[in-house]
Amino acid sequence: MDYSQFGSMIPELIVLGIFVLVFLFDTFSNENGKRILTPLTTILFGLGTIAIWIIPACGEEVFGGMYINDNATNAIKAILNIGVFIVFLQSAKWVESDEVAIRKGEFYELLLVTLFGMYLMVSARHFLLFIIGLESASLPLAALVAFNKKHYESHEAAIKYIMTAVFSSAILLVGLSFVYAFSGGSLYFQDIAYNIGGRPSGLLIIAIAFVIAGIGFKLSLVPFHLWTADVYQGAPTAITSYLSVVSKGAAAFAFFVIFVQCFGAVYSDVWEWMMYAVIIATITIGNLFAIRQKNMKRFMAFSSISQAGYIMLGAMAADGLGLASMMFYIFVYVVSNLGAFAVINTIEENSGKISMDDYNGLHKTNPWLSFAMTLAMFSLAGIPPFAGFFSKILIFTSVTGSNSWALYALVLIALINTIISLYYYLLVVKAMWISPEEPKIASFKTACVERWGLWLCVAGIIFFGLVPYIYQYCYDAVQSSLAYLTIF
Amino acid sequence: MGITLPILILAIPITMFLILGIGGVKMTRKQAGILGIIANGTLAVIAYTVAFTYFFSGDANFIIDGVRQQYQVFDVTWLAFTQDLVVNIGFLLDPISALMLVVITTISFMVHLYSWGYMEHEPGFQRYYAFLALFTFSMLGLVVATNIFQMYIFWELVGVSSYLLIGFFYKLPSAVSASKKAFIVTRFADLGFLIGILVLSYYSDTFNFMELTSNPEGVLSSFGGATFMGASALTWAMVLIFTGGMGKSAMMPLHIWLPDAMEGPTPVSALIHAATMVVAGVYLVARLFPLYCVVDASLTFVCVVGAITAFYAAVVACTQIDIKRVLAFSTISQIAFMMVSLGCAYDKPVEGVHYSGLGYMAGMFHLFTHAMFKALLFLGAGALIHAVHSNNYTEMGGLRKYMPITHVTFLIGCLAIAGIFPFAGFFSKDEMLAAMFQRHWFWGAWMAMVAGLTSFYMFRLYFMVFWWEENPKYKEHKPHDAPWQMSVPLIFLAIVSTVCGFVPFGEFVTWDGVPYHIHFEIPVVVTSLTVAVLAILLAMVMYRKKNGIPARLKNAMPGLWTAAHHRFYWDEMYMFVTHKIIFGIICKGIAWFDRHVIDATMDMFAKVTQKTSYAIKGMQSGEIQTYVYWYFAGAVLLGAITWLCLI
Repeated sequence: MDYSQFGSMIPELIVLGIFVLVFLFDTFSNENGKRILTPLTTILFGLGTIAIWIIPACGEEVFGGMYINDNATNAIKAILNIGVFIVFLQSAKWVESDEVAIRKGEFYELLLVTLFGMYLMVSARHFLLFIIGLESASLPLAALVAFNKKHYESHEAAIKYIMTAVFSSAILLVGLSFVYAFSGGSLYFQDIAYNIGGRPSGLLIIAIAFVIAGIGFKLSLVPFHLWTADVYQGAPTAITSYLSVVSKGAAAFAFFVIFVQCFGAVYSDVWEWMMYAVIIATITIGNLFAIRQKNMKRFMAFSSISQAGYIMLGAMAADGLGLASMMFYIFVYVVSNLGAFAVINTIEENSGKISMDDYNGLHKTNPWLSFAMTLAMFSLAGIPPFAGFFSKILIFTSVTGSNSWALYALVLIALINTIISLYYYLLVVKAMWISPEEPKIASFKTACVERWGLWLCVAGIIFFGLVPYIYQYCYDAVQSSLAYLTIF
Repeated sequence: MGITLPILILAIPITMFLILGIGGVKMTRKQAGILGIIANGTLAVIAYTVAFTYFFSGDANFIIDGVRQQYQVFDVTWLAFTQDLVVNIGFLLDPISALMLVVITTISFMVHLYSWGYMEHEPGFQRYYAFLALFTFSMLGLVVATNIFQMYIFWELVGVSSYLLIGFFYKLPSAVSASKKAFIVTRFADLGFLIGILVLSYYSDTFNFMELTSNPEGVLSSFGGATFMGASALTWAMVLIFTGGMGKSAMMPLHIWLPDAMEGPTPVSALIHAATMVVAGVYLVARLFPLYCVVDASLTFVCVVGAITAFYAAVVACTQIDIKRVLAFSTISQIAFMMVSLGCAYDKPVEGVHYSGLGYMAGMFHLFTHAMFKALLFLGAGALIHAVHSNNYTEMGGLRKYMPITHVTFLIGCLAIAGIFPFAGFFSKDEMLAAMFQRHWFWGAWMAMVAGLTSFYMFRLYFMVFWWEENPKYKEHKPHDAPWQMSVPLIFLAIVSTVCGFVPFGEFVTWDGVPYHIHFEIPVVVTSLTVAVLAILLAMVMYRKKNGIPARLKNAMPGLWTAAHHRFYWDEMYMFVTHKIIFGIICKGIAWFDRHVIDATMDMFAKVTQKTSYAIKGMQSGEIQTYVYWYFAGAVLLGAITWLCLI
């Protein structure tokens, strides 16, 4: 075996390196040493993120074509890394709390392992590697969801998460075994694409539905989403924000690659029609549930379900433009959603309040938090000139580019849903700014590191829309890796 | 010329706006004021350098064989909407934009300096300077625009800064409503402007001024004989574009906002509502002059609107008693004068006419001199208001003894606007009248009459304020001259108003860039001087000492006086149309439709959404068995239904 192949796995090696360093440090350092664990990890991870961002991908297929690191995968990894970095900043205070401080090493280690798994999901070009990535991204997450050991909700959430995760893995594997039957004994994406063909076979259609279900679990697409709200509510807020953006971003990218590459040639009609139904259901049902929520974390859970529907619109376009808009959408979603979670997180930490009613009159006591939350809500709802508006526009245009009436109808439904989402996002804004009640949350000072995280999000929300650099970055990355995506 | 200086011309004021707007609250008044003044002084120096380089360097970009050229210092893509629809932003240098650079930065600098004294005790001093910087930026961006879309955008920005400055004393209800009025009326006019731009560029395929004006015949032919309601489409486009100019330049019937705009601080009136922004309409017509010439009807329209407005405003000015209102109507009248002058120009040699482009040159000349002496008059009025604490000049009188500097400078301003040799107004007004007589004796005679009225009402104002009878209140509160920050601009502008008529203006600014040597036509000179002197004498007889003539005259023509005093009821007409007809009749129907059809539809959507949301909430039961059941059922159904549909 040629060990130089590992040289092309630069992002994985960086994350693995950080993981090993953190692990060793955590294991062998004394009490005093542990104090610098948080800043150490955060700084190391920040440097790693910059490294991934600037080191160009070699764009070679290695390990016999199972793994590839091209510009597009590199770009999505960089985006995921930024999300994780912001999560680290947000959780800096939480991990120092009495209950968690002793286990904070575990928090970072588990998180990095799941990130590593997501990297593999993104880069895999073989289902075996993909499954390994998926599992190592799923199972440690259950431990993270249960991280608040002494909280009943945290346990419940973890149980629900792991049960559904295991069930979805089973479904996915059943689906893949059907695919294996048709692909001539290979699980390479490309082989599958070449070997399945002819008349659509019933078994393969079921198989595709199962694969959609398997990945749909990670994306929380309807009807595979039911775990989402309970888990988001029960998990520690830092983990909830991680689940809602990073995990989703990786799964969305992997979904695009798998479906465009494996089933793009012959079965594009099949999976696109399935996704058509799933996307409409996801956006609509996510919205309908979000309207009724009073708990902010549950609220964000349903909002993120509906956002996942919008992300998947990029897959419907099934071309380079679609992927680029999808990546841009993920990026904007990362900053907007994490901005919202950062506010929820600090408020929960400082006052223990988590209900939307508690936010009434917040601007009187915490004007900056209200401002950041407002921007995040505006961006999620897609109000110009914030980033969310441009990401929505780009993803809609990429879908309508293929000029089919069905897709126009899809965009129309998505637009109507945007209006519904405007309603509930603005409920939060209304509570904070307009509601005449006396504020229930006293004025407090946000911890310094958390404030940095929040500023990063706010800056992203304001500038990503106005500065075309990020979209250009995604677009260029996708264009240069089109050859590896084998888009039909 | 490099692009550094031109870019600085735009960058300095916008930077000042941001610095003062964001950091102003942390500064003291002195810091903010000095910062604003220094920045504006630098800006003026740079603008002068650019203008002088343009006029005197002899660079082949700027002048070829004695003909001044239009030159785009830079012109870069700004908004690329589609492949064909691209909006540029750039910096155009030609005689009129260089002229405007000088005018704007000079007056702006003087106003910055003056405001330091005038606004000293007002709250929001820093905000005031920030808005002034925003205005300066927008106005400079407007005049150097390389294309009509850039001009439109800066045009709106100018409107916004004007709105902000008129409403500067936002605690006064009258200031707030005046600012709203100004904004709404000019925005309404800009609707016409926008439609005009769209029509023009739809046919001609370009926004660029140089492309539009270098080949007006080509633009006309690109319209391919399109007509609308009997007039050619190009005529419509030019008239609609002129509508925007009518709004900004307060031409009838869109003049109603300007007198009310006097609610703003007086230096603002001097800068925006006398010298710079309100002449934007004139500038617009001059900028597109070749296109106006190509369709005569639109130029005649400009001329007629100008002539009616000039006369109307002059008559109204004779009966106002608020010193700033008089100046406001005087401004309207003088701008209309420039419009008529432009309307009387030709763009090609005409038989029996010694210089066909005279009206254009004269209009621009008057724009220049008027900016100087009208700013002087406004700043002088500011000094008076500062001293007497009233706008009303029945509360003034006999002030010449108390305020000698203001008195002399104000007198110079009045002489200049009346057109008395050797003050600035004489030269420009004389050229304008010559151009009008050259077009048709009627225009000349009509406007000479307006010039007479101008002299009359200005000297009525002068005598009422500085002679007449002393207000007894002076004994308690003795008026005095303003502090040096206010006097220096007055003296400077008075000197400029005295000498700037001798500038050989025709050498610099003509419609085609070919220098023209100004010379006087004796009959016109005699006419205009006679009219002016007679009007001044009349004013002197009536108002120098307190006497009964004005009251008797007023009683002799009570109807006319009341009508003129109420500005011929234009505001009342607008109120009638907006409140009684638009709000009362049209809006009621629309409101009904809105409430019972649109809102009801929306309510229905909301109800359906809420109901559905309630109905499906059982799905989220919290039981993991249910979750997995839905999960599996979903996956199988998805596959099964697709299978059934496809096979």
